[in-house]
Amino acid sequence: MAGRAPGTRRKVPASVLVAGATTTCLLLGGCITLKAPDKPIVIELNINIKQEVVYRLAGDASQTIDSNKDIF
Amino acid sequence: MARKFGFFQRVVASLAVAGMIPALLVPGAALAQRDPAYAAARAAGQVGEKTDGYLGFVTPPPPPLKAVINELNIKRKAVYAEKAAAAKATVEEYALTSGCLLISQTKPGEKYQGPDGSWQTRTSAPPLRDSRCP
Repeated sequence: MAGRAPGTRRKVPASVLVAGATTTCLLLGGCITLKAPDKPIVIELNINIKQEVVYRLAGDASQTIDSNKDIF
Repeated sequence: MARKFGFFQRVVASLAVAGMIPALLVPGAALAQRDPAYAAARAAGQVGEKTDGYLGFVTPPPPPLKAVINELNIKRKAVYAEKAAAAKATVEEYALTSGCLLISQTKPGEKYQGPDGSWQTRTSAPPLRDSRCP
């Protein structure tokens, strides 16, 4: 009883299946492509300063301005 | 006689001391004034308050004015740094907070930087400020 029994299917290795799926994906155009945006990317550098910090410092800063009128 | 002279001396001395007090205060009062070049440039709209707490140039400045304003910004940074350390905050946080207040304190006709970075002229209406401003 050498060889395959009649009527049974040959097993396909997994790597061949994956390669086939990738090829199909490419052929059908079902892949995600990334494109650079048309508008310039603006990075807000002050975003890390929180509003609560500004509120906490407001009273102190107000006094500093009043007592250093020559530079403000 | 000696007692009389003593009395007069005391009166004269006290008057002299009283006269010296305003004389001692005058230099302090003079320091609290803006540099005339800065005051004039501010009134003329050549210099404005930026959102970051420093002064900026609305129009290209003549070199003498540039030097005056740069020196003021250096002094501002030194004050911000000292006060920020005491308040356990960063210099940028303290400076931004001061910028909010300084923009509020601008007088109609003076220039200030809007949240988008553009120069604005202060009117009698409240200024356009960063959303984080108190």
